[in-house]
Amino acid sequence: MRNSSSIPQTLAQKIVACAAGRESVAPGEIVTCKVDLAMFHDSSGPRRLQPMLERLGAKVWDANKVVLITDHYVPANDDDSRKIIRIARDWARDNQIKNFYDSVGICHVVLPQKGHLKPGMFAVGGDSHSPTGGAFGAYMFGIGATEMLGVVVTGEIWLKVPQTILMRWNGRLSAGVTAKDLMLFLCGKFGLDGGQYQAVEFAGEAIAALDMQERMTITNMSAELGAQTGLIAPDETTAAYLRQAGAQDFDIAAWQGDADAPLLATHEFDAATLSPQIAAPHSPANAAAVGDYNERIDIAYIGACTGAKLTDLRAAAQVLRGKKIAQGTELLVGPASKQDQDEAQADGTLQALVDAGAKILPTSCGACAGYGDYRFGENINVISSTARNFKGRMGAASSRVFLGSPYSVAAAAVQGRICDPRDLLGK
Amino acid sequence: MSNSGRIWKLGDNIDTDVLAPGRYMKFGIEEIASHCLEALLPDFASTVQPGDVIVAGRNFGAGSSREQAPQALKHLGVAAVLAPSFAGLFYRNALNLGLPVLVCEAAPTIADNLPCSVDFETGTVKAGGQTYRCEPIPGFLLAMLRDGGLLPHLEKKLAAERTLERKPA
Ligand code: SF4
Repeated sequence: MRNSSSIPQTLAQKIVACAAGRESVAPGEIVTCKVDLAMFHDSSGPRRLQPMLERLGAKVWDANKVVLITDHYVPANDDDSRKIIRIARDWARDNQIKNFYDSVGICHVVLPQKGHLKPGMFAVGGDSHSPTGGAFGAYMFGIGATEMLGVVVTGEIWLKVPQTILMRWNGRLSAGVTAKDLMLFLCGKFGLDGGQYQAVEFAGEAIAALDMQERMTITNMSAELGAQTGLIAPDETTAAYLRQAGAQDFDIAAWQGDADAPLLATHEFDAATLSPQIAAPHSPANAAAVGDYNERIDIAYIGACTGAKLTDLRAAAQVLRGKKIAQGTELLVGPASKQDQDEAQADGTLQALVDAGAKILPTSCGACAGYGDYRFGENINVISSTARNFKGRMGAASSRVFLGSPYSVAAAAVQGRICDPRDLLGK
Repeated sequence: MSNSGRIWKLGDNIDTDVLAPGRYMKFGIEEIASHCLEALLPDFASTVQPGDVIVAGRNFGAGSSREQAPQALKHLGVAAVLAPSFAGLFYRNALNLGLPVLVCEAAPTIADNLPCSVDFETGTVKAGGQTYRCEPIPGFLLAMLRDGGLLPHLEKKLAAERTLERKPA
């Protein structure tokens, strides 16, 4: 990808340069990029876009580059929600959106499962966790509905070329410690604006050892770090996933940053010494090692794009197999996608969760953003595998939400208290 | 482009869930706006006046991509938000919706409740007999802000293109 005369560039710069039709770009420059893919859901998408398209008398620039996924108001439980989902369905039909996935899972998880993401892509999503796509070496970031309208009409968007912050994780995560713990740790260390709206790239042996869904948890929570996008350079693990998902014509070698490209910062960590992390209410930045906690738990929630993918469900099952959840504790599980749920069904994972006492919820955003039926009540303690525990997000302002890995959530469900999941593994 | 109103002081990391709570997201902006900031300031939505200014701490607008967050503030008549830094996504959304957001290093030092005026064109804020300078908004975004946001800006652009098309070269 790099010829001898060109200046060294990070992966982020290479993707942005390509999208801007340039050989290279410099951090801080403002460029206009062509968008390879625009993804949005029922909440941010058609119900907001259609009135604006009508006002402009404009059409979708390229229906093949649009992916619409319904997940937020799924299952629709009242007339307002039903109307929102109806608008999405009508819009997909009227605009001939063939990439329309209706009620089969959460957008960030469904998008790669259906083979839409490839390394080197420049993509936008109508959702803040769109950096999830960065796990595949795509430059993907979230935008609001009005900005999405701009993309849908013009196929272009402006961007301030980001600098790159490199997070290098040496060694290997130990058993019972996950990508989620790693990200909570980084949120605790750097805060919700640690990413400075730049690109954060994750590398090192610990990252290379992660499967694609764990990598997605890393880039997903780049949003909590305040990065514009999170990136992981593609490798053989990426290629294997993409082949299985049916993606075609992708290039792995071309989409690697140059070793000598200037970085905003490099941070090095030892993955082997990381312990499970829990974020206390009401911010992911309130993270500390699990040993600091002993709170009683009323509801344990395994859900969201962040924490209910197949890998997450399997982790929970590892803790729960052959055990029962504590009396008085509720365990709710909303698988992140239909595909993940089917696979969890096939390999016995789901049964292990149900046998332990889990209630299985629909594959949708569910309680994560407080949209659906499962809003948390007054004064209860919740532990959740989701990404955000802002005050009032998942229910009553007085509910207290702790964030943890699927292992930690499952372990808390068994003990009725927050505890170190490693003590329950293999027992 | 000056306004006058009073200052509402807020802390660091004000998130989009508190600006536009998820449970009201299925409704129109009127309903969402009436719950804006209620988990922190229960009286905010009912007492804020057109022209008032929010002066906040770091990373204002953290969290979701929901543009109902800046839209709710705009709907309530908030004239500008001043903060030492903004969450990038919120910053883009606010300008797209025509809500002036100004990066102001000194924001945390400005007192609550003062009468103030903001000129987003020049990035000047007057409050409590003091003048504060904010980082200038990049030119092309200022042009969009002057038009009232991305939608009216695009509308203008498309109309101009159509006029050109109609005129033979
Ligand atoms: S599951 Fe939660 S974090 Fe993921 S897209 Fe849905 S609301 Fe957002």
